[in-house]
Amino acid sequence: MTNALELTAVRKHFGEVRAVDGIDLTIARGEVVAFLGPNGAGKTTTIDIVLGLARPTSGTVSVLGRTPTEAIAAGLVSAVMQTGGLLKDLTVRETVQYTAALFRQTRPVDEVLQRAGLLEIADRLVGKCSGGQQQRLRFAMALVPDPELLVLDEPTTGMDVEGRREFWAAIREDAGRGRTILFATHYLDEADAYADRIVLMRRGHVVADGSAAEVKAMAAGRTVRATLPGADETTLAKLPGVEAVEVRGDTVLLTGRDSDAIARHLLTKTSAYDLEITAENLEDVFLALTSDGNAA
Amino acid sequence: MISPAILRIELRRMIRNRRTLIFTVVMPPVFFEIFGVGNSQAHDRAGSGNVIAYVLVSMAVYGAMLASTSAGASVSLERAAGWSRQLRLTPLKPAAYIATKLAVALAMSAIAVAVVYAVGSTSEAAMPSSAWISTALLAWACSLVFAAFGLFMGYLLPSENVMQVLGPVLALLSFAGGLFIPLNQLSSGFRAIAKLTPVYGVGEVARNPLTHDGRLVSALVNVVVWTAIFSVGAAVRFRRDTARV
Repeated sequence: MTNALELTAVRKHFGEVRAVDGIDLTIARGEVVAFLGPNGAGKTTTIDIVLGLARPTSGTVSVLGRTPTEAIAAGLVSAVMQTGGLLKDLTVRETVQYTAALFRQTRPVDEVLQRAGLLEIADRLVGKCSGGQQQRLRFAMALVPDPELLVLDEPTTGMDVEGRREFWAAIREDAGRGRTILFATHYLDEADAYADRIVLMRRGHVVADGSAAEVKAMAAGRTVRATLPGADETTLAKLPGVEAVEVRGDTVLLTGRDSDAIARHLLTKTSAYDLEITAENLEDVFLALTSDGNAA
Repeated sequence: MISPAILRIELRRMIRNRRTLIFTVVMPPVFFEIFGVGNSQAHDRAGSGNVIAYVLVSMAVYGAMLASTSAGASVSLERAAGWSRQLRLTPLKPAAYIATKLAVALAMSAIAVAVVYAVGSTSEAAMPSSAWISTALLAWACSLVFAAFGLFMGYLLPSENVMQVLGPVLALLSFAGGLFIPLNQLSSGFRAIAKLTPVYGVGEVARNPLTHDGRLVSALVNVVVWTAIFSVGAAVRFRRDTARV
């Protein structure tokens, strides 16, 4: 089966600015992937390339085995953009009907409205809808062709907490149907809560790629804390995978990427007890991986 | 190529816009009553009909022109709202989008012409029945020139409400084109310039079945040249707008 998305050595330069500077990325079907990174990391440019709105300076893009333009034309990929893309003087239903008229194969308009939670306000003018309702309308429009890949570009920017919660509830329900979802966000909690996989971007590069747990481990690893009376700092520092050791009385703190190996050693080769493994929170990782001069 | 569902939604949308409705459906018949029926020479002879009929055709051209220009110029608002970008995420071909805009423009101008002629039919406007039909059809068909004009301006001007700019421009062009006052009331210098403006040709062509005057060829040349200018302008801007970066 072809992958949902394959980017190979993709670059996009605007004059001197390297918005995307060599990205390799493969997303299998059914994955829910978060594109995480600060503003200017290249998330939106990468998404524009995936959607065929921008042409890469070099590199190749394959969306479900086709070019982005072919995938769009076939209704295989659709997108929820951050802002715009709506006409204020149409009703919610008319907007979806308009979209449905453009595709050859579509889900029924009412079904799509219902899945986006818009059925009750279907006859409301778009200009009278709240920001959250407008975003759910963009989502409804994206559902119309029943795409295999759904791309969302910072979909909850500017939404209140309640709006964000309702929006993600709708998306999560949809992801349960096996659709591949790629979303860009700069909200760490969203990436942590809704994605199977996080792709961390900084200055046009992918700096980390893996599950939330893996990405967290990638930055500074996990910390293994144990009680070990009479611990010898130098011996512990030589253990495989250990990057930092701290001894505080009877307590030792070992930091490393392979916390499992460290824990196994402590439990089998030493008299350590009261073992605790903690990960840094994603926010620390995000800062560590994306701040200047500290790239992983 | 043009979806009936989209055409229906677009028309509903135009009709929902009160400003468009007033400009295209209310004002032309009102002007007809003032300049036509209320004209001091209303029953004087004009070609094979009377002055009321002459003004009737002029006002139909005026209404059709406003309707089709605003339909074409709606691309400006759609670009500002990001709707054009949204449409690029669908299989819609850019040419089909333009074709839909032209179809909406023609539908709206048909409504504008029909309203003026409906009001006119209850007046004392007089012309041969063949001229009633042919002038109405010509006023309607010539509105395509202004659909192209609206598209061109819609792609050229960044403004969100481009019709606020185009309204006064169209009023000026209508005066220059002789829709409100006959051109022979202007000085010969002004008249020479006025004959080069885009509304002049359309008005002359539409009124020709009534007036039968000998200026048809120069009027047709005027229509063809302006159609070409507006279409090429719209096409160039359109291509720039839809080009991928």
